Amino acid sequence: MNDPLSSPLPPPVPPPLLTVEGLQAWYGRAHILDGVALSVGRGEVVALMGRNGAGKTTTLKAVMGLAQRRAAVLRFDGRDLAALPAHRIARLGIGYVPEDRRIFADLTVEENLEVGRQPPRPGAPAWTPDKLYELFPNLKEMRGRRGTRMSGGEQQMLTLARTLMGNPSLLLLDEPSEGLAPLIVRQMAEAVRRLKAEGLSVLLSEQSLSFAAAVADRACVIETGRLRWTGAMADLLADRQVRTAYLAV
Amino acid sequence: MSFLLVQALSGLATAATLFLVSSGLTIVFGVTRIVNFAHGSFYMVGAYAGWSLIERFGGTAAGFWGSVAAAAIAVGCLGAAMEIGLLRRLYRSPELFQLLGTFGVVLVVQDLAAWGWGSEDLLGRRAPGLKGSIDILGQSFPLYDLVLIGLGPLVLALLWALFNRTRWGTLVRAATQDREMASALGVDPARLFTGVLFLGGALAGLGGALQVPREAVTLQMDMAIVVEAFVVVVVGGMGSLTGAFLASLLIGQLQAFGILVFPQITLVLVFLFMAVVLVLRPHGLLGRAEEAPPTAPAAVTVPLAAGRNAGWWALALLAAMAALPLAVGDYALILLTETVILALFAASLHLLIGLGGLVSFGHAAWFGLGAYGAALLVRHLGAPMPLALAGAPLLAGAGALVAGWFCVRRSGLYFAMLTLAFAQIAWSVAFQWYAVTGGDNGILGVWPSPWAAGKAAYYWLTLALCGGALWLLRRAAFAPFGYALRAGRDSGLRAESVGIDVRRFQWMAFVLAGAAAGLAGGLYAFAKGSVFPTLLAVPLSVDALVMVLMGGIQTVAGPLAGAAAFHLLESEVMSLTDWWRLALGLVIVALVLLFPRGIVGFVAGLRGRA
Repeated sequence: MNDPLSSPLPPPVPPPLLTVEGLQAWYGRAHILDGVALSVGRGEVVALMGRNGAGKTTTLKAVMGLAQRRAAVLRFDGRDLAALPAHRIARLGIGYVPEDRRIFADLTVEENLEVGRQPPRPGAPAWTPDKLYELFPNLKEMRGRRGTRMSGGEQQMLTLARTLMGNPSLLLLDEPSEGLAPLIVRQMAEAVRRLKAEGLSVLLSEQSLSFAAAVADRACVIETGRLRWTGAMADLLADRQVRTAYLAV
Repeated sequence: MSFLLVQALSGLATAATLFLVSSGLTIVFGVTRIVNFAHGSFYMVGAYAGWSLIERFGGTAAGFWGSVAAAAIAVGCLGAAMEIGLLRRLYRSPELFQLLGTFGVVLVVQDLAAWGWGSEDLLGRRAPGLKGSIDILGQSFPLYDLVLIGLGPLVLALLWALFNRTRWGTLVRAATQDREMASALGVDPARLFTGVLFLGGALAGLGGALQVPREAVTLQMDMAIVVEAFVVVVVGGMGSLTGAFLASLLIGQLQAFGILVFPQITLVLVFLFMAVVLVLRPHGLLGRAEEAPPTAPAAVTVPLAAGRNAGWWALALLAAMAALPLAVGDYALILLTETVILALFAASLHLLIGLGGLVSFGHAAWFGLGAYGAALLVRHLGAPMPLALAGAPLLAGAGALVAGWFCVRRSGLYFAMLTLAFAQIAWSVAFQWYAVTGGDNGILGVWPSPWAAGKAAYYWLTLALCGGALWLLRRAAFAPFGYALRAGRDSGLRAESVGIDVRRFQWMAFVLAGAAAGLAGGLYAFAKGSVFPTLLAVPLSVDALVMVLMGGIQTVAGPLAGAAAFHLLESEVMSLTDWWRLALGLVIVALVLLFPRGIVGFVAGLRGRA
């Protein structure tokens, strides 16, 4: 039903791909999120901004079903995610790229990619290892290398490539620029733009305003587990007040 | 020369079986992080199922091998069922619950096997076409064993290919390292793990079915093999297939030649070998250090608090119990005496688990050592009861001093395995050293001195000694010693950084717990008038764990209540049925399933919901 070719008249305002309203999340007894709301449209790149500990990572994990959560609305592509375990959510077409990369260290680069592989999905770009090696040429040379013997930047490429092997239509990208050398950060930004061009929707958490500015259409700013501001990326860049209140260190 | 060759070959045949069984154990451990006691039961069921099928269809070669394969598949299904029904609910539980839960299954399977196949040993028919033996340098060697020798490496190669050359194997390896990440990539870990348990069960079942032509099928095969497989897995490195293969070869040879040199202590040799390997290579031959040591989910999350007026309550209880002989008869007094002894035994284990976070799976070793110490003093030196009773905690404490030095070097599951190994050493000495211990005939005629011979007098003596020891254990819990232990339990690194020598405190706790258990054992020997190797065996260690668990880990009084409840259950309820193993096993499984996060977690959960 989401195939643009088969529907004669697309609705004037298509519903967002991901809708989150009133999201609460916990780690054990610690209440981390208290009413986060956001949405990601088809083909849109949204940056989730905020300081350390604001709840960015938890928001992504909660969407993915990796944190204990409750939400008024948690809908992806018309499906309610609230009751689904992580692997079912992944199979609906949400790809999760963790902040700490979590490469399977005992597995080779090729095997890591194999773990992420899922059947192609209508309405989402289809990836193969070869296509991914094209996007991240470094990975090709180390196909047989184990995850332990890779640099941080290479691991970041691999973790993104591994998730793409699941042919997601929405990518949850947690702090893609964190701890990377400037050159690699530029490569990451380039990769995100390429993915957007392929038709992928992206929700990325980010502390670096410049990285977000380089890739995002819209921004959501959270602080202490609540949504504080949302709007176009350009508006955030122009709004010094919001930036000092919620982003400046 | 040729004799030695044949001996080496028969060691290889033993190694093949050992590898089949321990490969399943190590795979299941590697993936689920659960040490599955019931793995030996899979082996036993494989043997029984294989026996039945071979009796019926084993007349032809195709029938024989088909029967073996069918038995393996059937046991594999059993493994899958166990994953779905039990293990799945235990992945996040403390190790204590995992070990106990799978041990509950051992008990259940034992009674079910006895019910299904009877308690007679069963001799199976031999494999068609492989009944003869061949001549090797003038010595004859069974053909069937040659086939087994070839099967070991074949299975290793197949397993290697399965894990390295198939998508399923890749996913299993990924989920082993990071279950959550794998699920975030769309992999259903639950289904994978069910598959892994099928594989593990099938391997054990295969090992069991292949034994049918070689040896009698008995109800004792399960514990015998699982303890050996533990050793193989620990020596090889937990989770390592190649390590298990290597360790199987070494232990097969050790057994084949050990029996020539030290026929009395073959069992001890195996465990000594394991202890030496673990000291030299703490992660086993081919095991790797965990990057982040699996954070043992602490058995205890609620701080142990001294109850208000606890001292007065204890005194009142003691007074009431001291007055009981005026009111009850001899039978009740015997029961009470045993309960008081078991309470001390459970409390000594509680010191390790509750305060130290050290789950010992061989605490019966110290109980039994105390009992045997007292009995040996009486029998060989003619010592009077007071001297024997003084010797009991000393001998047990000395044993714990030696074993503890090894055990506290490791934590979590390895600690549990090491304590189990030492208990097995102690058990095998008692079992095999006929000249001194009387083997399984035990030592009889260990009677109290005349002044303590009356039921009431002995009860009072037990009450006084156990009461004193319990008071000491309680003092220790709330002394700086106890606080240091708890600090080490909750965060070893932080405790070290404030200057606590965690290992030394754990060692001291181990010795203290051992001595207290030894006193309980000594008292038990005189209460019963005899000692047997069962006092050192795994089931008694498990009984102690169940007592601690039933009483609750978080309170000092817990083990006392647990011991009373357990002893009552055991002597009053289970003696009514022949199927007490089944009953006890079901009780254990129910306990573990109802309180998967421990009783404390259960209570906290109720509070959280309120």
